[in-house]
Amino acid sequence: MSGSSHGSTKNLGAFRIKGVGRLTPARTSRFSFDGKSYTAIEGDTVASALLAHGVHLVGRSFKYHRPRGVLSAGPEEPNALLDVARDSARRQPNVRATVQEVFDGAKIASQNRWPSLAFDVGSVNNLLSPFFPAGFYYKTFKWPQEAWEKVYEPIIRRAAGLGVAPKEEDPDRYANRFAHCDVLIAGAGLAGLTAALSAAATGAEVILVDEQPEVGGALHFDTSTTVDGKNGFEWAQETAAKLAAMPNVRILTRTTVFGYYNHGFLGLAERVSDHLNRPGRETPRERLWQVRAKRVVLAAGAIERHMVFPNNDRPGILLASAARTFLNHYGVAVGRNVGVYTAHDSAYEAAFDLKRAGVSIAAIVDCRERPGEAVLAEARALGINVLTGHSVTDTSGRLRIKSMTVARNGNMDIRKMPIDALIVSAGWTPSVHLFSQSRGKLRWDEASQRFLPDIYAQDCVSVGACNGTDEASSLVHEAIAAGGGAASVSAESRFGWSGGMIGAAEGAGPDTRVKAFVDFQHDVTAKDIRLAVREGMHSIEHIKRFTTNGMASDQGKLSNMHGLAIAAEMLDRPIPQVGLTTFRAPYTPVTYGTLVAHSRGELFDPARKTPMHDLEAAEGAEFEDVGNWKRAWYFPKRGENLSSAVNRECRTVRDVAGVFDASTLGKIEVVGPDAAQFLNLLYTNAWDTLKPGKCRYGIMTREDGFVYDDGVVGRLAEDRFHVTTTTGGAPRVLHHMEDYLQTEFPHLKVWLTSTTEQWAVIAVQGPKAREIIQPFVDGLDISREAFPHMSVAECTVMGVPARLFRMSFTGELGFEVNVPADYGSAVWMAIWERAKGMGACLYGTETMHVLRAEKGYIIVGQDTDGTVTPEDAGLGWAVSKKKTDFVGIRGLKRPDLVRDGRKQLVGLLTNRPSDVLEEGAQIVGDPNQPKPMTMLGHVTSAYWSENCGRSIAMALVAGGRSRIGQTLYVPMKDRTIAVEVTDTGFFDKEGGRIHG
Amino acid sequence: MLLIHCPYCEEDRSELEFRWAGEAHIARPDAIADITDEEFAEYFFLRNNEKGLTYERWRHIHGCGRFFNAARDTVSDRFLMTYKAGLPKQPVPGVSATEKTVETYEQTEGDAR
Amino acid sequence: MAEVSSSKAARTLALSGIRGRAASVSIIPAAPAERVSLRARPEDVTALSSALELELPTKPKTSATNNMRTALWLGPDEWLVIGDGEGESGLMAACAASGVLCSAVDVSHRNTAIWVEGAGAAAAINAGCPLDLSLKAFPVGACTRTIFGKVEIVLLRTGEESFRVEVWRSFSDYAYALLAEGALDATF
Repeated sequence: MSGSSHGSTKNLGAFRIKGVGRLTPARTSRFSFDGKSYTAIEGDTVASALLAHGVHLVGRSFKYHRPRGVLSAGPEEPNALLDVARDSARRQPNVRATVQEVFDGAKIASQNRWPSLAFDVGSVNNLLSPFFPAGFYYKTFKWPQEAWEKVYEPIIRRAAGLGVAPKEEDPDRYANRFAHCDVLIAGAGLAGLTAALSAAATGAEVILVDEQPEVGGALHFDTSTTVDGKNGFEWAQETAAKLAAMPNVRILTRTTVFGYYNHGFLGLAERVSDHLNRPGRETPRERLWQVRAKRVVLAAGAIERHMVFPNNDRPGILLASAARTFLNHYGVAVGRNVGVYTAHDSAYEAAFDLKRAGVSIAAIVDCRERPGEAVLAEARALGINVLTGHSVTDTSGRLRIKSMTVARNGNMDIRKMPIDALIVSAGWTPSVHLFSQSRGKLRWDEASQRFLPDIYAQDCVSVGACNGTDEASSLVHEAIAAGGGAASVSAESRFGWSGGMIGAAEGAGPDTRVKAFVDFQHDVTAKDIRLAVREGMHSIEHIKRFTTNGMASDQGKLSNMHGLAIAAEMLDRPIPQVGLTTFRAPYTPVTYGTLVAHSRGELFDPARKTPMHDLEAAEGAEFEDVGNWKRAWYFPKRGENLSSAVNRECRTVRDVAGVFDASTLGKIEVVGPDAAQFLNLLYTNAWDTLKPGKCRYGIMTREDGFVYDDGVVGRLAEDRFHVTTTTGGAPRVLHHMEDYLQTEFPHLKVWLTSTTEQWAVIAVQGPKAREIIQPFVDGLDISREAFPHMSVAECTVMGVPARLFRMSFTGELGFEVNVPADYGSAVWMAIWERAKGMGACLYGTETMHVLRAEKGYIIVGQDTDGTVTPEDAGLGWAVSKKKTDFVGIRGLKRPDLVRDGRKQLVGLLTNRPSDVLEEGAQIVGDPNQPKPMTMLGHVTSAYWSENCGRSIAMALVAGGRSRIGQTLYVPMKDRTIAVEVTDTGFFDKEGGRIHG
Repeated sequence: MLLIHCPYCEEDRSELEFRWAGEAHIARPDAIADITDEEFAEYFFLRNNEKGLTYERWRHIHGCGRFFNAARDTVSDRFLMTYKAGLPKQPVPGVSATEKTVETYEQTEGDAR
Repeated sequence: MAEVSSSKAARTLALSGIRGRAASVSIIPAAPAERVSLRARPEDVTALSSALELELPTKPKTSATNNMRTALWLGPDEWLVIGDGEGESGLMAACAASGVLCSAVDVSHRNTAIWVEGAGAAAAINAGCPLDLSLKAFPVGACTRTIFGKVEIVLLRTGEESFRVEVWRSFSDYAYALLAEGALDATF
């Protein structure tokens, strides 16, 4: 091997082998790892670049803080999880070094170590490991209960977890795209590309997805495969180019199919710019694809397993295929003197490639007695020492493997061989994750000792290695058939996917206490799984949770089969009877940014603004959220706070007048000859008696008899009503009405249309209300006599068609001016200019709340809570006694709804007028009774009323109306407040002002 | 995410456009004011919550706005058919609705005690 | 105060002054239009069609256009009729004059419209809309109510690369902003 750097200035790494691999050394970039600077070649992953410089130690394990190195070359990586940053905000923890491509200036750091990677205080856990068996946390931190909050949890939280989340807001953009296709193909190796050729030939819309930067899959490392007479990887690139030129094919690389959901719906995460040196400002970092595919072809390949043997986790121990990928694709040797430990022929191919590249192979240790003849012959030809029927029973080396201990199976004689890397293979596990997510059922294939797709739940087909198809020509036939068309592809390969072993290897059996790791990321050993079985866990689901095997972010891609086999052996049951844990989405971790996509900032949720919003803002309004609406809350003048502004607004409305934006109220136009009959059925009130030109307060109950919504309904004509709903209730009330109209009363000739946003609504309330709006109104006499309280009419306001309501939610003379929304700001401005000149004010929702409470008017959802009947709320008068049917008529007769002692809405006056109760506070009869006290009800609304000169409140109290005059108590944290029960009107009880 | 065939729009549309609306074929009693408490409970409160073939209502609320009925297998989440509101309960070809798994409290939790 | 009432109120449009353009998509607020939400039974469609001088479509997801009027099928008894002429174009009056039972409700100000045009128009809309917008599934003239991100829209394809997005007034800021986001990503 060359072992020397290329060129005088660029050190591409001592383990970079000249002339090997597919990267172009001309283009390089710089990055740092734990503060030290390195050079990478364009196309390098962080893992390949570090290995090129001989860096194997990249992290500490989760529980024991054991030194760990790169294990794989793909998304299954459990060890090399690093913190990768562009800058302080663009920093992501737990990035797999085997997936992340190097970009120029990347700042990369190891995790889960302190103070440094080579010397980590936490590794004392490794020495204490006898005290940290599986289930340790469950058993140890049980009691005392208080200690959880104060001692255990903070300590465990500090010690646990790998990466540290960035504190700054994520400055990157994330995109979302919905897409549809006829065929989605997951995986662009030999099988996926062949299926794509076949599907594309039919004219079908095809989406071909692969998680790597280039297509090719296993052809990245497997150089033994030739397709159409060409090198497999080159064929793959040519085929991808051919497919990309077709208008009906979309190829998405660097894209992971992370979820396969119902009805052909798949989630894809595309890494758009994480590999770019300088991503454009408008380039998203990642793009979420939400794809609906008529058919899915799964060509996900297989994942190599490691060998489970004592101390199998040292830096420098890698999967054989990973070593081959680093060599054949990246031109990097994983060591200079490499040992091989295998139960599968495929590791031999890795040894041969390394040997030909100049790396010395210490020995191939094969636990099988009879490997394939072909590989044995080639090993002999290359002069490689093969030890069949042998095992690696231990390794040494603190921060990097130094030697392997080899023994003949069943023999105590051991040999220690110095090595600087050890590559391992226990065989290949078909990647059935997506198939399983699609709710397909797997079957255990006893002959090849693997789970394979069996019963499909969706229009889906698995091809190639993920389907257990080993032989290249049958794989190609299978893929062409899956594509549904025709393609001419011929492939030859000597690579086989079946065989190998699962479970613990020699020296890691039940009789030992060694650490033979099954799950690297969660530090689960073979011993832990046996302990779980001994402690009574017999289902793999229980074993998984007790040991956390397969519960790390790699979801057991390497460990599941080993864990299952060890458990099955302990239980002395066949593997299928022990079961397989369910594979759940996502296949690999997906960033929150990708899942959230556009839904952040102003796109997190729509902010609904009324037509007058900007004018109100200019008048100094503070806004509050009511559902998605931004409503003007109060209008503070200089030096005012909420309470002083509200006190002034409340006084001014009753003394002069106030202007209020009521545009957010829901509005529904009910049109048709049966409109009144329909409303009769939907509201408790009677509507056929309401004359055109009049309006009425209505209550809507659900079938159970509880108040659902309320509002004023105006009758514009015999067959046309203008219904208003609460602001928050508008969509659900319309849905509720449509439900009854479409499914229970479809014979009625009536239609419903939402007009909430058609109208801007300007409420003018107060003694001077009429005088304020008078000059703007044309075509209507709005005098006291001609247009009394609860009138409605169509007219012209400022030359635009308007609907004028004479109504009040304040108890004052009031009008609500409805004009088409685009005219709202002009009309509001004119009315406000005039009102201001007359001494009126603008008021917001807070003042509206106080004024209505002074009158005892309820707010549905505040003074009612879904268990309150109209009678409970003191609105029994609104329930028609004459109607034979309406929604709620039967529910209202239920025994519990008519019994004595129900909670009823009453008023409360505190003994000290200045005490304002807290909404939600509980009410009791005797404040000195022992706890838990009998609670009689709670405060629903409470305010300081400037107009009454004291606090006022409403409450739901058991048997409330029979308690009027009684003193009850509201126990608060620091004191108990005595209150007198009253009726619910506090101001202008005679109600004369409203008729002014 | 489900793909639901709207019988009014006559095509498959994303679940995002729909809202589930409870069990289907529960007619509001004609003389509802006169029914007994037990009948009211049966009509308003009690639902079968069947495992397997179930009839339910959906509304294409962000589409044509129509309520309709669907036969769905609650185990596989497969829609077996959808049909317009007002039509009687439609038999699903090849699926018998007789096989019912009724899991009562006594049968499940009761045993555990 | 007679002078106060003599001046007609000025109209302020939602999205006034906004205009966005990305590489492959332009997003333009549409001019005001008259809109009627029309509901009627099947037997009255012919009479309404002749009153409106426009064949009300009866096939799902289709629209019909005559002169400046377009009728969009939204449901089996529901159409959105848009009059793009200057000022009030008399849609309400036409419905009333049909003499048949129907519900015509003026929603001219409830909705506002956004034109999305350019090679990336469909991709921009697919940033938030789950519909298949290929020409095969959603040809020119196709229309439907659907969902766009977190708001409801009515989508009408007016050309291979142009769409009209109808959205309620208070949701138009959101719809516009999401279209702008989608447009940035639509080059792909």
